[in-house]
Amino acid sequence: MSPRPGFVLEVDRSTPPTLFWHGERFRLERLPEGSRVIYAPEPLEPLADPSVAIREALDSPLGGQEPLRTLLRPGMRLTIAFDDVSLPLPPMERPDIRQLVIEEVLDLAADAGVDDVELIVALALHRRMTEPELRHALGDRIYDAFAPNGLLSQHDAEDPDALVHLGCTDQGEDVEINRRAAESDLLVYVNINLVTMDGGHKSVATGLASYRSLRHHHNPETMRQSRSFMDQHRSELHSSNWRMGKLIAESGVNVFQIETTLNNDTFPSPFGFLQKREWEWGVRDRLGFLAASKVLDRTPAGTARQVFHRVRAPHRMTSVQAGEVEAVHARTTENVWRQQGVTVEGQTDILTMGLPYISPYNVNSILNPILVACLGLGYLFNLYRGRPLVREGGVLIMSHPTAWEFDPVHHPSYIDFFEEVLSQSTDPTVVAERFEASFATDPWYIHLYRTGHAYHGVHPFYMWYWCAHALDHLGAVIVVGGDPAAVHRLGFRAASTLTDALEMATDVVGRDPSLTHLHTPPLLMADVQ
Amino acid sequence: MKALVVERNVPRFAAARLASAFGSGRGAGIGPLRLLDATPPPVPGEGWHHLRPLLSGICGSDLATLDGRSSRSFEDIVSFPFVPGHEVVGVLDDGGTDRAGRALAPGTRVVIEPVLGCVPRHIMPPCAACGSGHTGLCANVAFGRLAPGLQTGFCADTGGGWSTAGLVAHASQIHPVPPSFTDEDAVMVEPTACAVHAALAGQVAPGDVVAVIGAGALGLLTVSALGHLVRPGTRCTVVVGARHPHQRRTAEQLGADSVVDPDHLARAVRRSVGSLVLGGRLTGGADVVFDCVGSAESLSQALALVRPHGRVVMVGMPAKVDVDLAPLWQREVALVGAYAYGIEQSPAPGGAERRTFDLALELVEQAGLGRLVSATYPLDRYEEALAHAGAAGRRGAVRVAFDLRHPKGRTR
Repeated sequence: MSPRPGFVLEVDRSTPPTLFWHGERFRLERLPEGSRVIYAPEPLEPLADPSVAIREALDSPLGGQEPLRTLLRPGMRLTIAFDDVSLPLPPMERPDIRQLVIEEVLDLAADAGVDDVELIVALALHRRMTEPELRHALGDRIYDAFAPNGLLSQHDAEDPDALVHLGCTDQGEDVEINRRAAESDLLVYVNINLVTMDGGHKSVATGLASYRSLRHHHNPETMRQSRSFMDQHRSELHSSNWRMGKLIAESGVNVFQIETTLNNDTFPSPFGFLQKREWEWGVRDRLGFLAASKVLDRTPAGTARQVFHRVRAPHRMTSVQAGEVEAVHARTTENVWRQQGVTVEGQTDILTMGLPYISPYNVNSILNPILVACLGLGYLFNLYRGRPLVREGGVLIMSHPTAWEFDPVHHPSYIDFFEEVLSQSTDPTVVAERFEASFATDPWYIHLYRTGHAYHGVHPFYMWYWCAHALDHLGAVIVVGGDPAAVHRLGFRAASTLTDALEMATDVVGRDPSLTHLHTPPLLMADVQ
Repeated sequence: MKALVVERNVPRFAAARLASAFGSGRGAGIGPLRLLDATPPPVPGEGWHHLRPLLSGICGSDLATLDGRSSRSFEDIVSFPFVPGHEVVGVLDDGGTDRAGRALAPGTRVVIEPVLGCVPRHIMPPCAACGSGHTGLCANVAFGRLAPGLQTGFCADTGGGWSTAGLVAHASQIHPVPPSFTDEDAVMVEPTACAVHAALAGQVAPGDVVAVIGAGALGLLTVSALGHLVRPGTRCTVVVGARHPHQRRTAEQLGADSVVDPDHLARAVRRSVGSLVLGGRLTGGADVVFDCVGSAESLSQALALVRPHGRVVMVGMPAKVDVDLAPLWQREVALVGAYAYGIEQSPAPGGAERRTFDLALELVEQAGLGRLVSATYPLDRYEEALAHAGAAGRRGAVRVAFDLRHPKGRTR
């Protein structure tokens, strides 16, 4: 039986309560009659043999690119860059897609007699990966062959010796990327395209760039003009990256792009109820939900967090494309849409969503209040094509504990951003103008980014900029079950229950508003007609 | 007439010290303080005048004394029994003269500069400190015509502000209160003078980052002094650690650039100066740190916050503390005290010397500091008053005072 497409349910009297993620916990909420619930399509059938599919993609590249084996020759300098720990979410069961793809590329390189091969984690301004995380992504064989010999590095956006300025785009945007990647005879970039935003020219132009380069598209104005980030053709973020990508190509950097897509089989069997529609829960699902809820309700948040971060997703590969960047990305985008697209008729007054424990920037860490905002307003709000799910001036209701809690190792500058910046302004433009430079150039943050496992000092600003479009668009943001102090610091309103939140929302959208619930994860993309 | 009197009673001091483990001011009922019938103290000599108190504040040094926690180094410069209360606004019912020799009509409201230096002690010639105007550093506070006592409120001969029987003040201690001042404004002049003296002792230079530890009355007044007196001529950044919401709000209103939780102060200072961190200590740090608490913890924090060759000003009254001074030695930090007041070099460029009290009078009016008086109590509710003062921060207060204006007293 083929997987069922996405579905929009209209809630009636017989509809059971709807599952909301609430950080490391769940809530069952009864939505008002007439509300809509958007469910993701069921997981697509995975590729029968990913390794065969990868080899075929490397031999039959898209966009007029030569097969990879013909691009490899003895004496050449080959660099393989790959996505970092922010993808996929949750981290997938072994073997990770990156391992499968890179093993095939390395086999071809070995066959061609290529000796000078280096691997680079495309960190951009993210934290450095730990050894266990690298072993998980690459497999022990690759890790042990490269890391001890210094041939596996993590991109350092603050090492002037390891960067090269390739020039400026016709819009005056600096393009400064990793020197090893730029000066290689061939740069192979291995992507995991969890959402349509990932990949394309963004892979190299962002993943291997410096702050000097990134600041041109990671800013409030660009973010406001990206409607949405998931729709490349209406995203200024992508336009800027595409301009940079063209300049990178014109500079002689030869990029061989590999993009992969996953099905949305996101949680393993103990959490199988998360993948299902509530009215279809069987006895096993109900028992699973009850057991998980009871245990989690009695478990300290920190312990529950550790349990969830050990979850490995049973994601399976649904497609692999290789070759010229733009041709590859166009095919990848189609494949992501095939898995995640759901057609939705019209906008809503109130959009509700339950936020899980994880976002791209807190793998093995805490979803701090800034990341809560980014996950809701930056990511889930932007999971649309056409128009936002919620109308302009509407209300977004998010469910998350939003504890005033930060990971001092991964997110040191977030702590100061929350205390020093958001206490003075939540306007992304004001925040950027008054504070960004001092955080971006702070020598302590730079030291921690380069030598520890800290996100770059400017990273919390970028998280806040991701929210800029939603902040402009929405009439109010209400967080259900959040720490009131932390929620207020974000500039949002706190409600104890969904009922209270809906009552508060009527102040903004009036009586009898329409309501739509975004039932994620698993991820979906709304094509709003 | 009544007065609160502190007697030399070792068991009662010990009991107060034990009780203070449950909170400052909690031992008032069993400590050395007693409410007694009183008569006005006799005038000790020429130039002295009777003063009827209106409001008298409860200072941290009063609480430390009553808790039995103050340093034993004060033992020889106080005399028992004494009536506490050195933050006083009162009325000269019989008139008098002020420190400039001007006649003051009966009913004039005045504040007193409580230091008992050489002039009120009738010691001539005065010591070098008094001779140069730095009366707070007087070498003769245990000598002359008066019993030992570094200030009014710690001297057996002068009485103190916590009394409806009144006290005596020497003309050299008397400052008339401007008519525009409320009694609350006036009672804040003395602690404001302490803060002015401390702020100027910081020797803040243009561009400095200044950290203030503690946002009780003294901390907030120091912030105000920095904001209104120092910063107009010396652009600096003032970062304050404040635990309670009302302290944060007030610090911001009084001119702090940044107010953070005390646990976050090191992070905020680090952000302001852009230094690195090593072993929990900043490699750089604030140019000047004002310790407005005076505990071992606050002094240790100050030493962790200050930069090499920086300056730590002890504003809060310390006692015996156990602190690792290795950072002070290795980083060549200057640790200076800031006690009381005297004469100051005006912070304005090319400014003349001014009495600290004169600067304080201006600052109180300019910053509206009377609003920091959060609650008042009649004398007979002194146990409640002291408990309130001892828990001022937690209870949303800044300064608690005795209200002596009404025979039956009132609170607010």
